[in-house]
Amino acid sequence: MMTADVIVIGAGIIGSASAYYLAKKGLKVIVLEKSDIIGNGGSSRNGGGVRQSGRDPREIPIAMYGIKNLWPHLSEELGYDVEYHQDGNLRLGKTPKHLETLKKLADKASAVGLDVRMIDADEVKEINPYLSDEVIGASWCPTDGHANPLKATLAYYMAARKLGVTFITGQDVTEIKKIRGKARAVVTQDDVYEGDSIVLAAGFASRKIAGTIGIDIPMISKLIECLVTEAEPPMFNQMLGTAEADFYGHQTNHGSFVFGGSTGFEMYKKDNGTPVNYSDTVPCICRGIIRYVPQLRDAKIVRSWAGWSDNMSDGVPIIDKVDEVPGLILACGFTGHGFGIAPGVGTVISQLVTDEDPVCDISGLRYDRFYAKDVAAGKAV
Amino acid sequence: MNELSNRSRDIGEFIPQPDDDMIVCRCEEVTKGEIRKAVHEGLWTIAEIRRYLRCGMGLCQGQTCAKLVKGIVARELKVSPALLEPATSRSPMRPVEMHVFAKETEDTDL
Ligand SMILES: Cc1cc2nc3c(=O)[nH]c(=O)nc-3n(C[C@H](O)[C@H](O)[C@H](O)COP(=O)(O)OP(=O)(O)OC[C@H]3O[C@@H](n4cnc5c(N)ncnc54)[C@H](O)[C@@H]3O)c2cc1C
Repeated sequence: MMTADVIVIGAGIIGSASAYYLAKKGLKVIVLEKSDIIGNGGSSRNGGGVRQSGRDPREIPIAMYGIKNLWPHLSEELGYDVEYHQDGNLRLGKTPKHLETLKKLADKASAVGLDVRMIDADEVKEINPYLSDEVIGASWCPTDGHANPLKATLAYYMAARKLGVTFITGQDVTEIKKIRGKARAVVTQDDVYEGDSIVLAAGFASRKIAGTIGIDIPMISKLIECLVTEAEPPMFNQMLGTAEADFYGHQTNHGSFVFGGSTGFEMYKKDNGTPVNYSDTVPCICRGIIRYVPQLRDAKIVRSWAGWSDNMSDGVPIIDKVDEVPGLILACGFTGHGFGIAPGVGTVISQLVTDEDPVCDISGLRYDRFYAKDVAAGKAV
Repeated sequence: MNELSNRSRDIGEFIPQPDDDMIVCRCEEVTKGEIRKAVHEGLWTIAEIRRYLRCGMGLCQGQTCAKLVKGIVARELKVSPALLEPATSRSPMRPVEMHVFAKETEDTDL
């Protein structure tokens, strides 16, 4: 048996970033990862978007905190280049109906203090001359951007490891157990680990693990897919998306474009044990891209992949302590957009462990916010 | 659990070698020294090395260098190469233009 101040379950970017900030506070941390590979879940499979716009207002404060205070210096902080760019996010529209959708999103975000506004076709073209003439407008958030998820995830891991965090791979956590009324023991197929605090950051698997200590998290898993092209000459640095979610993506430092997208069947895809591409998704993403960035029609795709996202019933994660289970902290249910907020989440998790006030408002991300629809409607009034 | 599970296991210091400048992955121009250093930074699987350095992520997708990379990493970790899983191959196996890929159905205007 090994003991530490904190046991983190899951070595994705959320678990690794939490471990990094905890170790910086001088705590002894063990991270347990089921896979033999660090960061092999969503964290190495995502589109790299570091966005505030397009988010639910409840998670905008943590997104804004990270983009203002953490992302700009993250490469220096961790000692590895995470390829962060802050060149804005364009969410594109081709019809008046699209613009209506975009405006609603932008208005909600502006209301909580984000600089995001609607721009017309001319301004869109000025920002990005490669876009189709069919684009009639967009929402524009100049402080959004993107980073390299492969590098950012491994950078948190490598930096945490340097600070003395013990990462153990191939450890399938099967159970959390209480000792004297507190969550303390973490059981794997090989061993038992004990810690004063337990951070559960195992993506969708967090549901099953939390279930072993009586907590149910209302989430499901969803298969989402991405592609990467060969290197192209530098074209643009913004993150792109569309009102219809036809595709999203950006050009990387390497020159390749990474794009993601959906067919509409994401919720209903089969779990074959490992995430694999469906035959219709990459073609659908390609059509989306060509319709908005015509010049990319001849770009060659070299690789495609799929990953699971942990989708919460109301679209935002739980980042919270569980009152009924002292010692347990939840960080899961990121619903396909947890990469961009990971530095903020890691920071806040380290504060929850040490009983400090979080640096930003996470009151909308509590674990006990789920009510039946009639009760929820009553609360909204 | 095996020799690769506890990432704090002591594998010794990084010691420079005369052929560290040798290019191992020709598509992405990754050297032997970069791969050896990455192992000492904690990247102990082929997938991690590949994601961090891009070796095997170029046009040939590692068909030329995969075996070499595996040998270098195994030697650095002092384990059998058999312990290291190769990186996953993924569709399409050869680069394909977007407009070709886009035509999986007749029902499109492209
Ligand atoms: C295709 C795709 C595109 C995306 N695009 C974006 C984007 O552009 N912007 C954005 O912000 N977000 C994006 N996301 C979402 C983002 O990737 C995730 O929200 C984020 O990586 C979550 O990090 P995590 O550490 O919680 O999850 P993960 O990286 O999935 O980590 C969870 C870890 O827990 C481990 N684990 C599971 N079960 C156990 C167990 N029993 N015991 C021990 N360990 C266990 C897993 O192996 C895994 O390593 C995308 C996701 C996907 C799949």
